Amino acid sequence: MFEISDRDIDITVCRDKLLDHASGGYVAFEGWVRNHNEGQAVDALEYEIFDSLALKEGAKIISEAKERFDIKQVFGVHRKGLLELGGIAVWLGVSSAHRDAAYQASRYIIDELKTRLPIWKKEHYQNGDAHWVNCKACSSVKSKASVVQESAPQLSV
Amino acid sequence: MSESKDINIQYFALFRELSGQAHEQLQTSARTAAELYEGLAEKYGFKLKPAGIRVAVNEDFKGMDYVLKHGDSVVFIPPVSGG
Repeated sequence: MFEISDRDIDITVCRDKLLDHASGGYVAFEGWVRNHNEGQAVDALEYEIFDSLALKEGAKIISEAKERFDIKQVFGVHRKGLLELGGIAVWLGVSSAHRDAAYQASRYIIDELKTRLPIWKKEHYQNGDAHWVNCKACSSVKSKASVVQESAPQLSV
Repeated sequence: MSESKDINIQYFALFRELSGQAHEQLQTSARTAAELYEGLAEKYGFKLKPAGIRVAVNEDFKGMDYVLKHGDSVVFIPPVSGG
């Protein structure tokens, strides 16, 4: 199951969704908000999500993993909104009878989630600048985008 | 170009900021998603080439050569960065 949340992710609740008496364990991955990226000091991250399509594509990726790997339960959740340093941006857990399948499936799912889901991350830098990640090709519009940001008080984090 | 049709468009992330809106309904004579994108890119100053983005129509991924129909809901998807 894949979900989107606008609140802090509670990892105890997430873990409970994986409990399965046929499983011998589970593998968890937590993606955290890091204080730097590509040489710039990061203060906070903001995620925007096209919810309906992200939920659909997330469910599809999980069913692909269930076909490819001998796993039992999968639960993933991605945050949206503004996150502070150290916040959990994404949580993914996979349980299985034997660990190899859980490790492999976890890697497969997180890699696919990152490239296929309509989710956008905006980095807010210590110097007051902010921009959408993976949008290097949009660099010619960065100056325009920062004009928009500067005029929007809620983004001047 | 083909006959005019009503299209709903939702904007996210960079496209939302540049267009200054989360959604709009417009009449277009664009035949394909790519043609529609080119018109919007000119109107709002989107600098990404059509080859660099994806499109979803009625909540399904489609090719940029998708032929638009009256009433379609379209989302142009700039490069993603989840996780």
